[in-house]
Amino acid sequence: MLDTIRRLVDEQGRLSKAATAIGDDADLYAAGLTSFAAVQLMLALEETFDVEFPDHMLNRRSFSSISAIAGCLHELKGEEAA
Amino acid sequence: MCQACDSFLDRLFAKGVLHETGVDGLYGRGQAFEAVIEGMDRLITRTAANDHAEVIRFPPGMNRALFEKSGYMKNFPQLAGTVHSFAGSERDHLALLDNIHNGGDWTGGQGATDIVLTPAACYPLYPIVARRGPLAPEGGLFDIQSYCFRHEPSKDPARMQMFRMREFVRIGLPEQAASFRESWLERARDFAETLQLPHHIDVANDPFFGRAGRMMASSQREQALKFELLVPIESTENPTACQSFNYHQDHFGELWGITTASGETAHTACVGFGMERLALALFKHHGIDTNGWPNSVRAALSL
Repeated sequence: MLDTIRRLVDEQGRLSKAATAIGDDADLYAAGLTSFAAVQLMLALEETFDVEFPDHMLNRRSFSSISAIAGCLHELKGEEAA
Repeated sequence: MCQACDSFLDRLFAKGVLHETGVDGLYGRGQAFEAVIEGMDRLITRTAANDHAEVIRFPPGMNRALFEKSGYMKNFPQLAGTVHSFAGSERDHLALLDNIHNGGDWTGGQGATDIVLTPAACYPLYPIVARRGPLAPEGGLFDIQSYCFRHEPSKDPARMQMFRMREFVRIGLPEQAASFRESWLERARDFAETLQLPHHIDVANDPFFGRAGRMMASSQREQALKFELLVPIESTENPTACQSFNYHQDHFGELWGITTASGETAHTACVGFGMERLALALFKHHGIDTNGWPNSVRAALSL
């Protein structure tokens, strides 16, 4: 999952460096993720992982790091499995 | 008792402060209303006199190509208005007249012109500034005004579809943009007190469209990029934003390629005055007849 997230961050994030060079917990906004790019990333994650982020996840925090994104996806996928 | 027939809007119509057109949010302005708008314009000019901003006034329309580049349709497609015009043959013209006569759809054959209605006064400014090349070390400061359009018909007189927005726009280094906004947050309190309007300032967000918009709005709030000066007009629970204080970070600088003297992407901030909303706030709190307004308010507005 982390590799796929990194690929999408590369494609949508328009960051100053490659996602492979960014730690799981590093701040994506500090690496150059803009609000607009975060929206594109959110939409790409929804399509790739076939989920829909609920309203309470549609905020800056949810997309602030690779691990934060993975946490949201685990929560959504977990709910689905249960 | 009939509340609906004695609404604030009805009283404004009855006294000729505003004139009904048959479309919600589209009104003619009477003499008293315009005198208040002019008074506020002068008061705002006096407040900012020492800043020596460059004055630019815009018509209510802007270049469609620049509007497209601005990204407005990404965020607020529901509010935008475009200008279309007839460009058909004589035969098309006859069909058009026929449709009007029969109550049919005569607008389908209209083609888009190069003009869209300006959604916010500062939108036409950025490309003008960008064209001039890098900013001077002190950055840029502009005093602008435009009629703006937002498609949100409402019976709330404070939610007009066409209204005037006066703005000061600061373009420069991040610190310059930030200190500009801070100083106007201070001035706004004085401004509202001079006009004796009940008010408070709160963090806010723009009405971004859809789910992507929810995220934009939440992000805007979390970063405290937008503040509003709120005055109760139609309701005390949902007071009306009469001024806004916005920090765009490098969004417009990046989009339009505006650079500082040292070649960095410029940051921008703006303070916007909703002229009609401020006027309505005054009519709401001081009465429909401006002759009865407090002397100090009348003096401030040179009424």
